[in-house]
Amino acid sequence: MSELTLRPAGDITPMPGIDMTTRLASVTFPNPVFTASGCAAAGQELDQFFDVAELGGIVTKSIMMAPRSGRATPRMAETPSGMLNSIGLQGPGIDAFLDKDLSWLSHRGARAVVSIAGGTVDDYAKLTAKLRGRPGLAMIEVNISCPNVEDRGQVFACDPHASAAVIQAVKRAAPTGVPVFAKLSPDVTDIVSIAQACVGAGADGLSLINTLLGMVIDTDTLRPALAGVTGGLSGPAIRPVAVRCVWQVRQALPDVPILGMGGIRTGLDALEFVLAGANAVSVGTTVFGDPRAPVRVLDELARALADRGFERFEDAIGLAHKPPVIHVPEGPDPVGDEPTPNEHRPVSFEGEA
Amino acid sequence: MPVQVQGEVLSIRKVGAYNAMTVVAPGMAELTRPGHFVAVQVGGPESSMLLRRAFAIYDVKERGVYGGTVEFIFAVHGKGTAWLAARRPQDKLDLVGPLGKPFRLPAQPVTATLVGGGYGSAPLLPLATALRERGCRVDFVLGAGSADRLFGQLDAKRIASSIEVTTDDGSLGHRGRVSDVLPQLLDRTGAEVVYACGPMAMLKAVSEQAAARDLPCQVAVEESMACGIGVCMTCVLPVVGDDGLTRLVRSCVEGPVFLGDRVRWNDIGSLPPDVVGSLNAAGGGH
Repeated sequence: MSELTLRPAGDITPMPGIDMTTRLASVTFPNPVFTASGCAAAGQELDQFFDVAELGGIVTKSIMMAPRSGRATPRMAETPSGMLNSIGLQGPGIDAFLDKDLSWLSHRGARAVVSIAGGTVDDYAKLTAKLRGRPGLAMIEVNISCPNVEDRGQVFACDPHASAAVIQAVKRAAPTGVPVFAKLSPDVTDIVSIAQACVGAGADGLSLINTLLGMVIDTDTLRPALAGVTGGLSGPAIRPVAVRCVWQVRQALPDVPILGMGGIRTGLDALEFVLAGANAVSVGTTVFGDPRAPVRVLDELARALADRGFERFEDAIGLAHKPPVIHVPEGPDPVGDEPTPNEHRPVSFEGEA
Repeated sequence: MPVQVQGEVLSIRKVGAYNAMTVVAPGMAELTRPGHFVAVQVGGPESSMLLRRAFAIYDVKERGVYGGTVEFIFAVHGKGTAWLAARRPQDKLDLVGPLGKPFRLPAQPVTATLVGGGYGSAPLLPLATALRERGCRVDFVLGAGSADRLFGQLDAKRIASSIEVTTDDGSLGHRGRVSDVLPQLLDRTGAEVVYACGPMAMLKAVSEQAAARDLPCQVAVEESMACGIGVCMTCVLPVVGDDGLTRLVRSCVEGPVFLGDRVRWNDIGSLPPDVVGSLNAAGGGH
C-alpha cells in the first residue's frame, strides 16, 4: 500500500498545473474519477473516508422502482485478483432513494450519477421520469444488464434491439441537460454493435464495462459457491477485457463519451483506460479493499499525467489510437538541414591573432 | 466513525489453535467498544486477494510505549489468514476500524451470561470487563470443538463469577455443546441478559434458549464480508425490524451485534417470501 492512503480525507489535491476537468456530453466534471455502480452504495459510507464531493461523480448502486431484497447468501466469492458477486440488485426502491440518498448527495455537493435498472422498458422510463427536477443529478447511467421479463429473461444488454428500446425510452423521459449513458455488458459477441445501437437510440455516452458472468464451485461442499449459482466477475482480473472493450468502441465511435471501468486499482490503471479512449473512469471493486481508492487513484492519475508532460487530462484521451510519436535520434544533423546561425558562429580563442 | 490506518505489527503469538495479533494502529483504540470489529487488508500491495478479512477486536490499548494498539484473534482458514499468520513484528498492516455496532450495555447492574464459541469469546472478554465495571455479575460459558480451540478461559475465570467449559470431544470440561449447559446456568444464576458470539448454529441455539426465558439476548454474528464498511451488500441476513417486517440487513453496519430474537436463523441463506422486496423466481441482475 502506498503512503498516499495514509493521508487524512480532504488532503489530496491534483497536481498543480494539471487541468483535470473532463467533459461527458453536455456536462463538465472537475475531474475524471468516479465511483462505480454497486461498489459505493450512495456515497454515505465512503464519505467517512474521503469527501465524496472531491470525486468527479458518485455513481450510485442501480436503483429499481420497488424495494428489493436481492438474492440469498452466499452472495460473494473471492477469486484471483477479483471477486464474484450475486447481490441481485438489493435496494430501497426509487422513492426512498430520492428522499434519502439523492438528496444527501446533493446536500453534500456531490455530482450524482444515478444508475437505474428495470425488468421492462416501461420500468426504465418510469424511473427516469422520477429523476426529473432532482437537484444533484448530474447524469443517468442505464444498467441494461438485467433480465427482460417481457422476453423470457433475456438480458437487455445482450440484444441490440432491446438495448436500443431501453435507451430510447430513457432519453424520451430524461430531463434536458442530463446525459444518459448506457452501461454495456462485455458478455456479447460484438460489443461495438450494441454500442452503436445504444448511440443510435440516443445514448449520450457509454459506460464500459459491467461484470463478466462467472462461476465458482466450492470443492468442500461440492456445490456452486454462490446461492445464485452464477455471479458477476469484477476486479483487476477483468481489466484487460475492459480496456479492449473501450478500445474497440472508441475506434468505432470516435466522438462518443466513454466512462471506463473494470478492475482499476491505481492511477496507471486509470491511465490505460484513458489512453484507450475513456473520457472518465470509475473505481469499483478496489473500494472494497481500500475505501480511499477513488481519491488515491485521482491523485496518482494526476501525477502520472504530469510525469508524462501532460498539462490537460483531456489531451490523453484516446492517445493510444494515435500513431507512435517518432523520436528524432540524437546525433549529427540529418543531411540537408539548414544550419542555424548560432551553430556556425566563428569561435575565437585567447591568444589567437 | 472508522479510520483507515497503516499499522505496524507489534506482536503475534499462538494461543492454542489460534493467532493473537497486536497492531499499532493510532486513533483506533479510543474509538473501539466491545463488539466492534476491524477489517484487515491481506497479501500486500500487489495482492491478488482484494477483499479485507474481518475480525472481532479483542483488546485495545489507547496509549502505550508504541502508541495505541488493537489486538484481534484469528484462525488460519485460507490463503489470506495464512499470509496474516506469517506477519512478524514491524510488518505493515492496513486496518480499517472500528467497524459495526458494538454490544449495548445494560443501564442497571444486572446478572449477565456470556456465551462464546471458539474464538467468538474474543469480543466477550472486553465486554465482560465493561459489564463488571458497571457492577454486573458475569458468568461465562465457553465452548469449542476441542480444548485447543477454546479461547480466553483464563481471562474469563479472572473476570467472571463462574465459568463453564464444553468441548465436542470432551477434551476439556463438559463433553457436548454450550446449549447443553446453558439452560441450567441461566436458571441457577438468575441471568437477566445474555450475550453471545460464535458460529451461527450456536447463536441460534443460545437465542432460542434465552427467548424461552424471555431474556434479552445480543449476539455478534460472523457473516462472510467483502468490504466491512457497508457498500458491497454481501454480508446480509434476514432480521425483523421494529416495524415487524423482515429485511436483509448488512451485518457489517447494522450488526454484527443483533438481538437474538430478531434474527431469522432458519432463513439465513434462503429468501423467505415475506422479506421486504423478496425476489420472485423471475428475479435477476447483478
